[in-house]
Amino acid sequence: METQGPQLIPNDKKKIHLKSNAIQQFLAFGSLIILIIFFSIASPNFFQFNNIIGILLSTSVIGILALGATFIIITSGIDLSVGTVMTLCSVMTGVFITSMGLPIIVGVLGGILTGATAGAIAGIAIAKFRIPPFIATLAMMMIAKGLALVISGAAPIYFTSYEAFTEIAMGSIIPGIEIPNAILIFFGMAVIGGIILNKTIIGRFTFAIGSNEEATRLSGVNVNKWKIIIYSIAGIFTGIGGIVMAARLNSAQPALGQGYELEAIAAVVIGGTSLSGGKGTILGTVIGALIMSVLTNGLRILSVPQEWQTVVVGAVILFAVYTDVIRNKKAN
Amino acid sequence: MAEKLLKMEGISKAFPGVQALSNVLFDLNKGEVHALLGENGAGKSTLMKILTGIYQRDSGTIIYQGNEIEIADTKEAQQLGISIIHQELNLARDLTVAQNIFIGREPKSGFRLFLNEKELNLMTQELFDRLNIRLNPGELVEDLSVAKQQMVEIAKALSFESKILIMDEPTAALTDSEIDSLFTIIRNLRSDGVGIIYISHRMEELKRIADRATVMRDGTYIGTVNMREITIDQIISMMVGRQIYQNQRPEIKNRRIEKVLEVKSLNRGSTIKDVSFDLHQGEILGFAGLMGAGRTEVARAIFGADPLESGDIYIRGKKVRVKEPLDAVNNGIGYLSEDRKQFGLMLEMDIKANIAIASMNGFVQTGWLNKLNINKQASKMVDALKIKTPSIHQLVKNLSGGNQQKVVIGKWLTRDSDILIFDEPTRGIDIGAKDEIYKLLNELAAQGKSIIMISSELPEILRMSHRVIVMCEGRITGELINDEKISQELIMTLATKRIG
Repeated sequence: METQGPQLIPNDKKKIHLKSNAIQQFLAFGSLIILIIFFSIASPNFFQFNNIIGILLSTSVIGILALGATFIIITSGIDLSVGTVMTLCSVMTGVFITSMGLPIIVGVLGGILTGATAGAIAGIAIAKFRIPPFIATLAMMMIAKGLALVISGAAPIYFTSYEAFTEIAMGSIIPGIEIPNAILIFFGMAVIGGIILNKTIIGRFTFAIGSNEEATRLSGVNVNKWKIIIYSIAGIFTGIGGIVMAARLNSAQPALGQGYELEAIAAVVIGGTSLSGGKGTILGTVIGALIMSVLTNGLRILSVPQEWQTVVVGAVILFAVYTDVIRNKKAN
Repeated sequence: MAEKLLKMEGISKAFPGVQALSNVLFDLNKGEVHALLGENGAGKSTLMKILTGIYQRDSGTIIYQGNEIEIADTKEAQQLGISIIHQELNLARDLTVAQNIFIGREPKSGFRLFLNEKELNLMTQELFDRLNIRLNPGELVEDLSVAKQQMVEIAKALSFESKILIMDEPTAALTDSEIDSLFTIIRNLRSDGVGIIYISHRMEELKRIADRATVMRDGTYIGTVNMREITIDQIISMMVGRQIYQNQRPEIKNRRIEKVLEVKSLNRGSTIKDVSFDLHQGEILGFAGLMGAGRTEVARAIFGADPLESGDIYIRGKKVRVKEPLDAVNNGIGYLSEDRKQFGLMLEMDIKANIAIASMNGFVQTGWLNKLNINKQASKMVDALKIKTPSIHQLVKNLSGGNQQKVVIGKWLTRDSDILIFDEPTRGIDIGAKDEIYKLLNELAAQGKSIIMISSELPEILRMSHRVIVMCEGRITGELINDEKISQELIMTLATKRIG
């Protein structure tokens, strides 16, 4: 293999690999553009400022959850608890602010801390007690759901007398342009997520664990510690999602949330992150989340019944994962 | 004159880059136990895979019961009556003995929809009676000892009305009394006219059970002998041959003997038994032995990859506790696994990430990756180790085996590890790259790194090691200075020496 001839093989392989990677990157982005063009032509109501803002707003919560889920899925784990933990975080924030009368900023931090704690507990269960991620986070999903109902007394907690809280999501920090903060938070979190994933040691170990956990451990990396950290970070994203959710609704709704985890996972998967781990991008997840809301929004504008919207989203997930399968096959 | 059951003649088989078999001869009589012998990589398993339809031969003829045959796949081999019992047992642990034996051939009732469990157990019992095996057909396989599971495998193989039974290291996991009962079954089969091909490394047991033996070396046929007319020593010299290898034994004189690593009475289940040894500064310590001798287990235990039951490890005279690979790495140990794809590399990541992974703390400034330093270090390693790659951004999976191995070496050099454990450093690497790895090992040792080199290739052990430790079945059976008195025969004898 060390002579001139065969050495060309790795070179050629690299080209093919780059190509298939690039295809996947552009496929998601291209699909998004095509969807936007299609709906813009199909309905004059689609490509309007207010509608676009609406789409982005409806992407924000799922999008933030999906950013956290991206980390976990790259480690080849899964987190089923993000939906109900998000709700628990809203409820806790509600309790801190309305019942305990703490300052809004403390309530917000308390909500985020709730998410981080839930993530850390799931991480410890997975890393230390060797409970498979699916089961550990399924349990956490139910625990969070129950706790949210218990703590809130199964009734919504309203932030009516705390206008500043609602401003977190619905206000607009940029003067002159009516872009709700929720959208800015989503994109801001995406940038932060991208930096953590690509520029820090946390991100490097996220990929390493997903790529080959045993080899990483045998390289002297404390895999358990990093897994707990990664699940905690995902929990922080979930907490922020919970704050944005509560601020948007001007209330913490304890019965809400279940099902969000699957939409978040769907966004991650559509964005090209591999469920077998080791591969994925934050940009892909953002695009994946946008594809889902553009699709739902566009179909609604075209008066497609909601039931059919769900069918279409399901089909899109199948298609997205299938392209991933083909990509992996080619790479091998 | 015994009745010929099988005759394989002029069998050749090539894999890309390797001539695995060339012009091999093998024959088997009815009612005979015929041992097939050779070192690891001699071609025994390739030959058996051709006989059982897993591989197709490139040339040669197979005559079975007087007719020339083709064996297209494993199913056809089974139908012809050729069965194999692999070294690793292939049983479904959660099913019963009977369910395992007739898996895929279950008796059915009621429109062929329902399983007839009663009939199944009856059939199994009949089979056991015929073979003189005492086992309960309804027992779960997971509740059986290894020896009994092996009997289930034998019964399963014979339920196909096998005329040829291939047994690959059948006694590897058995105790002496279990071996005795296995031999009783084998003798019964022999008197029933079954031809048995018996692969084993244990010389003394071959003397007890085998009628003839065929020896292979480097994919070629060496000879067939009657077991009654030959000594174990004669067989061993047939196996290792008289090949004169270029003796490039490393210099031993003028070396200060400074103990870098001391291992005292390591124990771990049946795989590591009372293992003690020292490793000196700047030394290459070879670990020889057959597959399953416990060498990899010792390496993994020292590295903290598997927990120890007892034993102490001292590094530079200081006792250390190694519970996790992290502890070992912090103490300057690096481990290069025999399976680098599974345990050594992140194939989907690039060269620079793989080189940096063990030393991330050194590349981090308050949480941020210093990519510039990572790139610099990776380039340095690519140059120093002569890794053939278009760039440091190349994914590791696109590199050749030799270059992948160099990336793993680069990972530990980056970490500044001074005790390096190489487990089969040249496995799956072509010859040119092998020489480069050898050169690297010598350079590392000359720089003062201390190296443990596990290898199943005796010429490699003799070429590279200053000292050689030989293991057999979890124990150290010999420690030799690599001087004029050492020989492949001596090592082989120690590697097959069973102690209790």
